[in-house]
Amino acid sequence: MENKLIVAAAPHLHARESTARIMWSVSLSLLPAGAAGVYFFGYAALAVIIVSIAAALASEWVLQKLTRRQTTLSDGSAFLTGLLLAYNLPPGVPLWIPAIGAVFAIAVGKQVFGGLGQNIFNPALAARAFLMASWPAYMTSFRAPGFDAVTSATPLSALKEGHLQQVYSYLDLFMGNKAGCIGEVCVAGLLAGAVFLLLRGYITWHIPAAYLFTAGIMHYMFGHHGMFSGDWLFYLLSGGLVLGAFYMATDYVTSPLTAKGQLIYGAGCGLLTVVIRLWGGYPEGTCYAILMMNAAAPLIDRYSRRRIYGTGKAR
Amino acid sequence: MKLPAEFLKGIIRQNPIFVLALGLCPVLAVSTSVSNALGMGAAATFVLVGSNCIISLIKNVVPDKIRIPCFIVVIATFVTIAELVMRAYSPALNRALGIYVPLIVVNCMVLGRAEAFASRRPFLGSLADGLGMGAGFTLGLALISSIRELLGAGKLLGYTLFPGFKPALMMALPPGALLVIGMMLGFFNLLKGRKE
Repeated sequence: MENKLIVAAAPHLHARESTARIMWSVSLSLLPAGAAGVYFFGYAALAVIIVSIAAALASEWVLQKLTRRQTTLSDGSAFLTGLLLAYNLPPGVPLWIPAIGAVFAIAVGKQVFGGLGQNIFNPALAARAFLMASWPAYMTSFRAPGFDAVTSATPLSALKEGHLQQVYSYLDLFMGNKAGCIGEVCVAGLLAGAVFLLLRGYITWHIPAAYLFTAGIMHYMFGHHGMFSGDWLFYLLSGGLVLGAFYMATDYVTSPLTAKGQLIYGAGCGLLTVVIRLWGGYPEGTCYAILMMNAAAPLIDRYSRRRIYGTGKAR
Repeated sequence: MKLPAEFLKGIIRQNPIFVLALGLCPVLAVSTSVSNALGMGAAATFVLVGSNCIISLIKNVVPDKIRIPCFIVVIATFVTIAELVMRAYSPALNRALGIYVPLIVVNCMVLGRAEAFASRRPFLGSLADGLGMGAGFTLGLALISSIRELLGAGKLLGYTLFPGFKPALMMALPPGALLVIGMMLGFFNLLKGRKE
């Protein structure tokens, strides 16, 4: 019965929400973005998603059996981890990559720490970082939309290497007609899912807003043609920023609890993402930025505690 | 005191890496390949045995207040011998291990055994302890490095085992060492918990 509720400071209210309900709702809200990914990249993308989810569920079940704990497949957290991992992979990877990644996400990213609610890092992102460090050649070969499997650079990596051959319209970037990871390309689909989550109250606006605002301001300030000339809209619509801001950074377990803490956390994610994108070795920094802020989340929680009702300000 | 017991405890029950968690710096650094690990294990064992013996012999003449500097001088002597021998007879290994050979001086395992064991035990017991700890360190290092070399390069002792295998580069990088050591520490704790 543990982990059924989100622990927050008093006062408490009774509601019908449960971990399973939230996890399945989040998975549902990811459906449009995934459908768009499959539409643009074909069945290879669908195969990656299916293998990733199956491997995540299987490793969760095996590990919980091995450690003689109650199996919690039905709470949807392993399904969501597998789904998010697949969304963070290029569509053309060999299928053992999502399989190994999902096993790593569940085993090393989650169960080693004691299961759902105990993990320090977002399991899907930890697995992505592991795959990125282990098989960089597969993880950085993207393909252009369409069924022909033509390799292509993502808008961000082309820009990093200094030659953006293809001019992307904002509409293409928004709808997902570009090279990239399966779930990150269709910003429209992601935003549709995010609106659903915001309306249902499963995520609050604090982290995504702070994240996107900070990243946008930073990109605007540090443009390629001097200060305050950056094409911030291009950068916000490219790469995994929107997926990261709404779905990865808002993971309950690895983000701060209070509104103030979440604003600091989101701003930190935005700052680090832009620093990595513009001055780091990788074209995209969303994954590493969120992982680093995951590590800082306990510290942020410590310094953004709410004042306990009835007590004065400490002097 | 039973000498075999003093020797054997270092291998599993008080393994310096997995149970005492001593000397982890070289373990993280040189466990990328089995040959490096064996070289480091041999050098550390030599220093450990030598310093344990000398320190247990001089323990009664060393004033308590300055014992740590005295131990360090003894340890540094053996490290210098090990380094010069390695440089003369196995320059390739010396290059591969680099700064980590001189750094054995400040390896907490060597000083730890000197302080906790050799400075208050007789000569033979200290010798057995040094040998056992050295053997445990070498075995632990060999185990970690074989896992890392196998997963990170697809090789063992430099020989390719599975030609079609795509090695996971991360296991050859520092995070791989931390992951493997963490898993092994957890495994040893599990064994300890089962016994008790």
